[in-house]
Amino acid sequence: MKALLIGESREGKLLESTYELVGFARQLGADSAMFLVGDPGRLPGYAGKLYLADVAQAGEYQPDLHKKLILDAVEKENPDLVVFLHSSYGWDLAPRVAVRLGVGQVSEVIGFKEGGFELGACNGKMRRAVKLQGRVVVTIQAGAFAAAPAEGSPQVEPLKESAVSLVEFAGYQPPEPKDIDLARAEIIVSAGRGVGKKENVEVIAALAKALGGELGASRPVVDAGWVEHSHQVGTTGQTVSPKLYIACGISGAIQHLAGMKKSGFILAINKDREAPIGEIADVLVVADVLQFVPALTAKIAG
Amino acid sequence: MKLLVCVKQVPDLESRFKPDPSGQWYSETDLAFRINEYDDYAVEQAVRLREQLGDAAELTVLSVGPDRVVEVLKKALAMGCDRAVHVQDPAPHLKDPWQIASIIAAYARSQQYDLIFTGFQSQDRGSAQIGPTIAELLGYACTTTLVGFSFADGVVTATRELEGGLKGVVKMKLPALVTCQLGLNVPRYPTLPNIMKAKKKELETVPVANLLQEETRIATESFYAPEKKGGGMVLEGDVTELVNRVYAILKEKTPALRQ
Ligand SMILES: Cc1cc2nc3c(=O)[nH]c(=O)nc-3n(C[C@H](O)[C@H](O)[C@H](O)COP(=O)(O)OP(=O)(O)OC[C@H]3O[C@@H](n4cnc5c(N)ncnc54)[C@H](O)[C@@H]3O)c2cc1C
Ligand SMILES: Nc1ncnc2c1ncn2[C@@H]1O[C@H](COP(=O)(O)O)[C@@H](O)[C@H]1O
Repeated sequence: MKALLIGESREGKLLESTYELVGFARQLGADSAMFLVGDPGRLPGYAGKLYLADVAQAGEYQPDLHKKLILDAVEKENPDLVVFLHSSYGWDLAPRVAVRLGVGQVSEVIGFKEGGFELGACNGKMRRAVKLQGRVVVTIQAGAFAAAPAEGSPQVEPLKESAVSLVEFAGYQPPEPKDIDLARAEIIVSAGRGVGKKENVEVIAALAKALGGELGASRPVVDAGWVEHSHQVGTTGQTVSPKLYIACGISGAIQHLAGMKKSGFILAINKDREAPIGEIADVLVVADVLQFVPALTAKIAG
Repeated sequence: MKLLVCVKQVPDLESRFKPDPSGQWYSETDLAFRINEYDDYAVEQAVRLREQLGDAAELTVLSVGPDRVVEVLKKALAMGCDRAVHVQDPAPHLKDPWQIASIIAAYARSQQYDLIFTGFQSQDRGSAQIGPTIAELLGYACTTTLVGFSFADGVVTATRELEGGLKGVVKMKLPALVTCQLGLNVPRYPTLPNIMKAKKKELETVPVANLLQEETRIATESFYAPEKKGGGMVLEGDVTELVNRVYAILKEKTPALRQ
């Protein structure tokens, strides 16, 4: 089995998550080669063949050009698997490559199962297994496979393609400045969609206050404008690791878990016993947040 | 200008899921269905563009699925789409994303849309493949995970969400396809007069066999509940008792409540 790993760089720097692809290939027991549009002056610590296109020419977001470059690498390497991270780069590019190769794509692999891959389904509540025949394009879930250490140096094979692009990249917009740094908080109490409406966020904030902690939130609560974005926990919010994390009415979607699973102690309050947050919570309280949380706050207040 | 928005109907994700007898997907017994959350944002954005362009535009909403998907098509019509297409397929879950995308691309090819909107991903399958696959099949410009969208002078300006709060700005000429992320806009609720108006709008029905030419590339082998990792404690029962137990646990196991 041979895998072509599609590394990533951003703003000129190699992304550390690239080493998760190497970890994936090792766990699978596959031989690998890497493809990267990156800076030839900053090579990954990888002891294998590296198909490298210079980011100065190929740009960081030129999906049509990057697709062509990857197809060149596939032709030279003849891999069984073309492996992307399930990231804004990977999910954007993988389907285009799969169509051009005339092969199927498996998205967001979380593990191995019965000679194939295991995937999540139904927002993390269920699992799916797929078998593979022939060449496949896959994306792997961020964080699902431990990164391999950066070691060795690659044999570089430069790639170049004449520019084609149906999209024009007009630059990055930096993250909004944060008015609060959740990463330093020791106690975080987070509100999820299960709180029901904006006014009820007060109930969660009151518990945070009683515990001397900060208010966090899941994405829908932020998208709805109930809480500022600076409080959002998850892949597109902040990554936190407080000593105590209390998730109130949060289902436990992977993008939320990615931002808080390293917390010391996780208490979840959810009316759904099957909510995926239960998989990582130290204690799951099956209750209505609007009954349980005010009662707990009252008890703490004495 | 011709616009298309693709919507999927998915079960309420707060439901309890069980494998169906085939063991390849969930059983639909006791499930309530609604519009895929991401597609609500796609419909809203498409409707806003339709309103911006006025009579120069026509907006079609399309869904592939069994008869129940007519409900989501009606919702999209009531939100402001002009016409609906129901690609009738009793078992879309047995098709892989490649086939669903091929079906939609086959229909779209015959209609020559200028701009296509899809959701970023479906909540039950979550492949995030169908949009970019359609674009690639049609040779359209494409970008994904939109949290910002505008259209002027024939050019789409899209803000893509990247990791860690970073965003990227992308410009595309038509024809193009975009996939819509949560929070892109604030989807409207259909009003009663618009629900009534929607009843008079065209709903075209196309049997899936007319559009499907492709074989499955990746079949689901099995569908199952995750193995319980154990460890975690589950507490249920009377709220006062729960509060007392949790209070004691917090005191014992965490730095909270230790003044
Ligand atoms: C690329 C990408 C990035 C993302 N980034 C993030 C991110 O950074 N952070 C993030 O949070 N999400 C993120 N998401 C969204 C994520 O996939 C989920 O949609 C989101 O986390 C769900 O939030 P939630 O748990 O609050 O809502 P839901 O999933 O709707 O869950 C609500 C929960 O509340 C429970 N509930 C309902 N009513 C009550 C009640 N009265 N009492 C108790 N419980 C109740 C329900 O049982 C349910 O479990 C991202 C998604 C994508 C695709
Ligand atoms: N059966 C379907 N009918 C119409 N559109 C669909 C269907 N399945 C998926 N889509 C569209 O493709 C997007 C991505 O879905 P997926 O690739 O399944 O994650 C969804 O948000 C929808 O816009």
